[in-house]
Amino acid sequence: MTYLIPALIVGSCGVLAGVLLTVAAKVFHVEVDERIEKISGALPQANCGACGYAGCADYASAIIEKGAPTNLCRPGGSEAAGKIAAILGKAAEEVVPMVAVVHCNGNCEATQRAFDFSGVRSCKAVKRFYGGDGVCKYGCMGLGDCAAVCEHDAIKIINGVAKVEPALCGACGQCAAACPNGIISIKPLSKHIDVLCSSADNGKVTKLSCKNGCIGCKICEKKCPSGAITVENFHASIDYEKCTNCGECMRACPVKVIHSCEKAAE
Amino acid sequence: MKSMFVILLSAMLTDNFVLSKFMGICPFLGVSKKLDSATGMGLAVTFVMICATLVTYPIHHGILVPNDLEYFDTVVFILVIALFVQLVETMLKKCVPSLYKSLGVYLPLITTNCAVLGVTVLNIDNSYNFGESIINALGGGLGFMLALVIFSGVRKKLEYADIPETFKGVPSTLIAASIVSVSFMGFSGLFN
Repeated sequence: MTYLIPALIVGSCGVLAGVLLTVAAKVFHVEVDERIEKISGALPQANCGACGYAGCADYASAIIEKGAPTNLCRPGGSEAAGKIAAILGKAAEEVVPMVAVVHCNGNCEATQRAFDFSGVRSCKAVKRFYGGDGVCKYGCMGLGDCAAVCEHDAIKIINGVAKVEPALCGACGQCAAACPNGIISIKPLSKHIDVLCSSADNGKVTKLSCKNGCIGCKICEKKCPSGAITVENFHASIDYEKCTNCGECMRACPVKVIHSCEKAAE
Repeated sequence: MKSMFVILLSAMLTDNFVLSKFMGICPFLGVSKKLDSATGMGLAVTFVMICATLVTYPIHHGILVPNDLEYFDTVVFILVIALFVQLVETMLKKCVPSLYKSLGVYLPLITTNCAVLGVTVLNIDNSYNFGESIINALGGGLGFMLALVIFSGVRKKLEYADIPETFKGVPSTLIAASIVSVSFMGFSGLFN
């Protein structure tokens, strides 16, 4: 009896609690759409936020509840979009593959340091210190804030400049947000002609500070057959919607600041 | 009446569970990032503390003591607390899903929150009567909420502060917590 009564009392407390919880679970039952979990499973779970939602789970519920488009997942690409469309029983929407590109080619040979910075090894920190340690205040500082945030290991600092490996890039845009100079942009993977300079200095100043800088001569603007190039603030920029990959600008550029990364397109 | 008031205030201020007894630190640091989730967590803990006291007091004095089963206090109390945490969880999921999401893992963690078990055990240890126990639980819960709300304000300021790289994140948060705790020492000696 000394063992039986305590066991009975504690046991009955447990059973009572169990019954109460079962009743509560029935009363407060929440309907969860099972498609949300399926869609969440089809997403790559990178939680990068490139879709514009707080994470993969949030995007999955937005597809069901708010009717968000199925093709917003950049790391997942058309594969994820196809799976989501299959779960919803809709026709798959096309995903334009995107890639990040660093608009700077101011490598160690082309430009110099204005001073030696010995603080925290982060672009953000250097930027606060007289606008960066390079002679050019617009270009890549090469301390790899972008590489640090990249979840796909797609960015490497090569010869002082950040380079994106298109095959690895998930185009989530984390690097673009991390760059204090804002020189990284997300563009369609199929367009492989890029202006690798972001300097807003005039031609003379740019020429003095970096051998690979855009001098804003407007030759490319005139040569472009589709009118995709505009020169503003002394540097050229390409409208990727109009660009046809013809490469006319690349050949015309006197300072060779326009590059093609054809491998990326393949 | 006067003693009730003293119990309430001392549970809230002089013997604040978080800042004077360092109980329930994990939600204090984990959920104090935003004011609304801090308030929600405070309310949830207060609710669980009061409900747990409401049930554990009769169980202790009505069932366990007459049967000489005081040694089962901890087991039964944990069971009761777990029951109420689960209840709060199901209720929040249904009624306030946004709060349910922002509390995250810290909501089920109330189950093992030493502040909650602490209230129920201290009520028995201090041989409070039923009314005093409820007041103590209410004070403990409100004190917990007070600590979380104050600290969420501190953390908001901390986010805008220019902190050396090595102190960013957890270290600065812990240092700030210690300073808030120091400020609560000012209440000691309020009652004798």
